[in-house]
Amino acid sequence: MHMADALLSPAVGGGMWAFSAGTIAYCSAKVRRELDDRKVPLMGVLGAFLFAAQMINFSIPGTGSSGHLGGGLLLAILLGPSAAFLTIASVLVVQAFFFADGGLLALGCNIFNMGFFPAFIVFPFFYKKLIGSSPSRARLVSVTMISALIGLQLGPFAVVLETLASGISSLPFTTFLLLMQPIHLAIGVVEGLVTVAVVSFVRQARPEILQGALEARPIGNHPVRQVLLVFLLLAVVTGGVISAFASKDPDGLEWAIARVTGNPQLKVPQLGLHRTLAQLQQSIAILPDYDFKRTAEKGGVALPDKPKQEESFNTGTCVAGIVGTLVTLLLAFMSGFILKKRSARKVYGVH
Amino acid sequence: MASIDGALLDFKRLDRLAAGETALHRLDPRAKVLATLVFIVSVVSFGRYELSALIPFLIFPAVLVGVGDLPAGYLARKIALLCPFALAVGVLNPLLDRAVLVHLGPLAVSGGWISCASIVVRAALTVAAALVLVAVTGFPAICRAMERLGMPNAFAVQLIFLYRYIFVLTEEGGRAARARELRSFGNKGLGLNSYGSLLGTLLLRTWLRAERVHMAMLARGFAGSFPTRQEFRFGWAAFCYLLGWSTLFITLRLHNATQLLGSLVTGLFS
Repeated sequence: MHMADALLSPAVGGGMWAFSAGTIAYCSAKVRRELDDRKVPLMGVLGAFLFAAQMINFSIPGTGSSGHLGGGLLLAILLGPSAAFLTIASVLVVQAFFFADGGLLALGCNIFNMGFFPAFIVFPFFYKKLIGSSPSRARLVSVTMISALIGLQLGPFAVVLETLASGISSLPFTTFLLLMQPIHLAIGVVEGLVTVAVVSFVRQARPEILQGALEARPIGNHPVRQVLLVFLLLAVVTGGVISAFASKDPDGLEWAIARVTGNPQLKVPQLGLHRTLAQLQQSIAILPDYDFKRTAEKGGVALPDKPKQEESFNTGTCVAGIVGTLVTLLLAFMSGFILKKRSARKVYGVH
Repeated sequence: MASIDGALLDFKRLDRLAAGETALHRLDPRAKVLATLVFIVSVVSFGRYELSALIPFLIFPAVLVGVGDLPAGYLARKIALLCPFALAVGVLNPLLDRAVLVHLGPLAVSGGWISCASIVVRAALTVAAALVLVAVTGFPAICRAMERLGMPNAFAVQLIFLYRYIFVLTEEGGRAARARELRSFGNKGLGLNSYGSLLGTLLLRTWLRAERVHMAMLARGFAGSFPTRQEFRFGWAAFCYLLGWSTLFITLRLHNATQLLGSLVTGLFS
């Protein structure tokens, strides 16, 4: 569910890192300044609770699958935005290091997608506004459900934007979006149900926990305008990046061809149907004894300037690449193996 | 639930590797963290169709596994388990991106396959680097290193707290989940109702534990940070480690070593 390093470009990863690191610094200062030190162990232990809770599943009737708690919204309800953000971020850091769940570079994105939205968007603007001072049970259920759904629609939307801006995966924007949002609608329903169940339980057993968190919240009343401003700024920056990317590189193919031919100024022909067919015909005529035409026909993708491709990716280079890969692999493994032998001898040789 | 116990055991095993006594383990953690960051940025900064130039980067985890005396099979299994996720994201590339990039005799390889393979290799490399970093450094040392590199103190305290209680609470959660499973038949009793109460109980216990922890901390004079037993010193060894690896990564990023080596070998035989 977490985003992986492999899908990110350094620019996007670094940018999100900077944003998340900034938010962490802001929250740390806030927590340090305004929090009673009782919350310091509470945040740590609740993080560990979240970690444990995510490992326990429940079965969803009728589907044969199972779900579990995500917990961003729950932590925001219990701790307030700043402390919840830090706690979620810390859980994600541990998951990145020990379970390689999401990578180190993707950590910034993951903290943003799963921590920023529930703590700083959903909780203050939806949950807190709608829940009221002493909510009825129906209100509690519906508001929690709505908040969970919103949080789990914003998160995957950010994933899609980050993936698109990185340009590593060649999934088109709309396909990816149509893939992600409905899945996360279902996940959001599950998350909402679980959060409702846990919050209702706590409200029955120890109502003062929820009351205390909702009323006496020294960390909750951050200036709304400031957050909105940051969010707006972010939207503008993201929009700018995305649109620049989209206009420059409509389907990844152009970029690929520029790379292959080593000539970024190469004129890609208009992708009209007649043009495509003409191109296809041309390539059939020039290269009569290759059997890859099928892909071009099936995909309906124009393959401009085939001869140029041939030049830069001829078989010789290719064989050299493969031989080089094998030799390098061998060398890398050998080096590890030899070093291991040596260090093992150093350790056990004394006896 | 067996899977929770299994995950916890796995977690502990990785954690225990940090107790090793090699020169690599004793190195200043800041150097190791920074070298790993340079590694990851170099790897992910390649274009989407780059494959052969990524391979030489394998030398970094391989050498660290060797020098740090880590169990290579165990780490390889952990990495292999994660590759399907990368594959799941990359697997649509061959369908969507059908422009032929490479010809191997009669075989044409489309750009989609290359970028898919590239995603998997990147995932394996970055995951390997992160796991090896934890295995030769240990999580608390990484936290302290990041704190010295500018991470806010409150977040460092949070991370160390979390790390300390993960083992305790995961064991507790695992016991509760096992108890629930033993009392349920088939899928009956594993539904949302019992799940909500189970998590709620766990949450309340956690809350009470936090209050006890807080009192214990006050009794021991906690003043906002954890005192550490050993201070690290950024000596010559750490400096050389960081500089050496960074130079290597940047060189490998700028020159395709695989291609060079390959043309050398093929040139030798032709």
